Amino acid sequence: MSSEQKPFVTDDTQVQTETRDARMAGADDRFNSKLREAFGSSPFILTKFDKFMNWVRGSSMFMLQFGIACCSIEMMHTYAIKHDLDRFAAGVPRASPRQADVIIVPGTIVSKFAPRMKRVYDQMPEPKFVVGMGSCTISGGPFQEGYNVIKGAEEVIPVDIHIPGCPPRPEALIYGIAKLQERIANGESSPVTVKPYELEQFGDLESDEIVDKLAAQIDEDDLVMRYNWADSP
Amino acid sequence: MSLEEQQSDEPAELESGVSRGDELADLLGDLVVGREEHMNAPGLVIRPDEVQDALFKLRDEAGFDHLSCVTAQEYEDRYESIYHLTKFDDRTDEVSVVVPTSKDNPVSQSAEPVFRTADWHEREAYDLVGIQYEDHPDLRRILLPDTWQGHPLGLDYDQDRPQIATLREHANPLEEDHRAAGDSNTMYINIGPHHPATHGVLHVETVVDGEQVVDLDADIGYLHRCEEQMCQQGTYRHQIMPYPDRWDYISAGLLNEWAYARTAEDLADIDVPEYAQIIRTMGAELCRIASHMIALGTFALDVYGDFTAIFMYAMRDREIVQNILEDLTGQRMMFNYFRLGGVVWDLPEPREEFFEKVRDFLDGLPQALEEYHDMITSNEILQARTVGTGVLPPEVAKSYGATGPVARGSGIDYDLRRDDSYGYYDELDWDVVVEDGCDNFSRLLVRMREVEESAKIIQQCVDLLEDWPEDERNIQANVPRTLKPEEDTEIYRAVEGAKGELGIYIRADGTDKPARFKIRSPCFSNLQTLPEMSEGEYIPDMIASLGSLDIVLGEVDR
Repeated sequence: MSSEQKPFVTDDTQVQTETRDARMAGADDRFNSKLREAFGSSPFILTKFDKFMNWVRGSSMFMLQFGIACCSIEMMHTYAIKHDLDRFAAGVPRASPRQADVIIVPGTIVSKFAPRMKRVYDQMPEPKFVVGMGSCTISGGPFQEGYNVIKGAEEVIPVDIHIPGCPPRPEALIYGIAKLQERIANGESSPVTVKPYELEQFGDLESDEIVDKLAAQIDEDDLVMRYNWADSP
Repeated sequence: MSLEEQQSDEPAELESGVSRGDELADLLGDLVVGREEHMNAPGLVIRPDEVQDALFKLRDEAGFDHLSCVTAQEYEDRYESIYHLTKFDDRTDEVSVVVPTSKDNPVSQSAEPVFRTADWHEREAYDLVGIQYEDHPDLRRILLPDTWQGHPLGLDYDQDRPQIATLREHANPLEEDHRAAGDSNTMYINIGPHHPATHGVLHVETVVDGEQVVDLDADIGYLHRCEEQMCQQGTYRHQIMPYPDRWDYISAGLLNEWAYARTAEDLADIDVPEYAQIIRTMGAELCRIASHMIALGTFALDVYGDFTAIFMYAMRDREIVQNILEDLTGQRMMFNYFRLGGVVWDLPEPREEFFEKVRDFLDGLPQALEEYHDMITSNEILQARTVGTGVLPPEVAKSYGATGPVARGSGIDYDLRRDDSYGYYDELDWDVVVEDGCDNFSRLLVRMREVEESAKIIQQCVDLLEDWPEDERNIQANVPRTLKPEEDTEIYRAVEGAKGELGIYIRADGTDKPARFKIRSPCFSNLQTLPEMSEGEYIPDMIASLGSLDIVLGEVDR
C-alpha cells in the first residue's frame, strides 16, 4: 500500500484524512482488502456503468422457483443445505416470475405445459436468463420419441446454458450457474429471438381439414403453440 | 428359492375343486358372456351395456371393493377395457372384468356410479385409447390438451401429425349461475401449473367464495411424457427398466423398478435369488425413507411458509440416504439398479464400510425423528392447521381407490408388502402403520411412523446381508438374453410404492416388447380425492390437503 500517492484527499478536509488514516492504519480490516490495495486509498472505483451493471447482475441472481420434473428434486437439493447455491450469490428462489432473473428449466416439457412455460418466461423482467437443466431440455432426453414431448426447451424459449445429465448432479447445476454468472459478468446478453411462437398462419403445415378449421377458430390475440413433430430435431 | 408369491398359470383351484373364476361366473350368471385367464386373476367377459350390473354385483355380493385399475387397449378387431378388481381386506383375491367393444362403435358403460375412481381412469382411457363411456359424468380429455387430434395409444395414430394447443383463459365454471342470481361473490383462481404449492406442474382450477373453496377441479397432464408408449417401445430385458425411475422421481426409483421387475418376472416365470431379494428390500426401504423425507419437508413448506428449518432438516437426512443409495447403485436418483431376476451388482466393496454407513444413518434416525416430532407434530400451529382438516372418510377413500399412506391415514389397514407379499418382507419383523384420524395430520403421522418401520426393515436386512456366506451371494438368476413371453398372456401386478399401490399391466404379444403396458399410479387415484377433501373448506386447508396427499406429477401424468 503506497501512502505517497494520496490522489484525491486534501489536507484541509479533516474528516477525510481521519478516514484515510483509519484505513491505512488497519483499524478495520474491511478497508484493507485486495481491492483497496489495487486502487490505493481512493474511495472511488472508476468503471463503465455497463460493466458495473453486468457485475451486479452476475453477482446477485434471483432464481425462479420453478419445478417441472425429476430435475427439480436435484434443484431443491442444490438450494438446500450441503450444496447451498446461495453461497455463489445465486440461490434465492422467488415464487413470482416478476421478481426473478433466472429461470432454471428443470425437466421434460410437454405440449400442454409449453405455452404456460412460455407465459411464465414472458412475465419475467428483462434482462432474463435461462438455464436448461437435464437432457429433456436439450432434446427431450429419454422421452424424445414420445408423442407429447417437446424436443428441447429451445423450441419454446431461448436457453443460455445447457446442463446435461439425467438428472444433473447438484454440482453440475452449480457449475452451470457459475458459468452463467461468468457470462453475465463478461457482458454477454442472451438472444431474445424465439423459434416457433405465437400465431402463425400455418401455411407451412400440410393442408389438413382440421388444421384449417382450428386455424379459423383461433382468435388473433390468442396465444397458440404449434407442434410440428415431423420437423422437430 | 424364491420368496415371491408364486402364482401358477392355472386358475387357483379351491378345495371344492371349483375355481374362483367359476364361482364368480356363477354369481354373475348370464352377465358373463365369456371367460379369460389372466396370470393374476380370472377374467370375466361382460357385455359393454351391462358393466354396471356386473360391477355392482361383484362389489356388493362378492366384496370386491377396490377398483385398482382400468386398462384400455385396442386390438386389431376390437377395443377392450379391463377393470382390475380386488379387495382391501384380501389383496390376493382378484378378478378382471373384461369389456370388449366393437371397432366402429366403441361405446361402453361407465363404471363411475359403482367406483368413483373410474371417473379419471375412464377419462384417461378415452383420452389415450379412444373408448367412449356412456353415463360418464364428464368425459373429456384428461392428459392431453383439449385440442388434440387422435388417440395416441390407438393402433392407427399418426405421431407425425401436427398438433395445435391453445392457451385460453379458463372461464369461471360457476359464473353463469351467479350471474343469474344477480350478485356474484365467487372468484375463479388458477392454482398452477406453475405454483410453489402444487408440488410440480399441477393445475388446480378453484372457485372460491371468500376464503372457502366452492368448486375444485384438478387439471393434470402437464407432465404427461408418454411413459406407457416408451415402455411399449422397449424390450423386456433391459430397455424398460430405466423408465420406472422417472415415474415417481422423488427418489422412489427402486420401489418403482420393483413394480416392473415383479410384473415381468411373474410374466416370464423368473425366480429371484434370496440374496438379491434382501438387497432389493433394503434398497427399496431406503428409497421409501428418502421419499417420505421429502414429503415431510415439502408439507412443512406448504403449511409453514418458506424454506424453513424443517425443509432443510429433511433435505439433510435425504442427502445421507442418497449417499448410501449412490454407493449401492451408482446414481443419486435414477438408479436403474434392478434387473429381471435380481440386481445389477453386489453391495459395494469394502462391505464393512457400507454397512457401517447404513448403521450410522439408522443410529442417527431416532434422534432426527424426535427432532421432527418436536418441531412438527407437537407444534401447535401445525396442529391447528392439520388436525381435523382435509377429512377423508374410509368409505370415500376406498371408493376413490386411495392407497398407501393416504388410505392408511384414513384407517384402512392395507399394505401390499404384507397383504400380497413379495420380496423378503414376509420374513421380516415389521408392522403396518395405520392411523384413523382421516385428516391431514394422520397422513403426516403415518409417513413419519413408516420411516421408523422402514428403518427396522433395513436394520434386519443389513444383519442378514452381513452374515451371508460369501459363496452364496447370488445376485442374479439365469435369465434368457431375449424374453419373449407367450402371446396373449396378460398380467396385472402391484407393489407398495412410496405413495401406494403401484401396479403394472402387461399384455405380451409373442415379441420381445409388450403389446400393452399400463401403469396404475397411486398418485393418480389419490389425487382424485382432493375435491372430496377440500370443497367447502378454507383455501389454506386445501393447500395443506394437497401437501398431505404427497403427489408426484411424474406419476400422476406418467
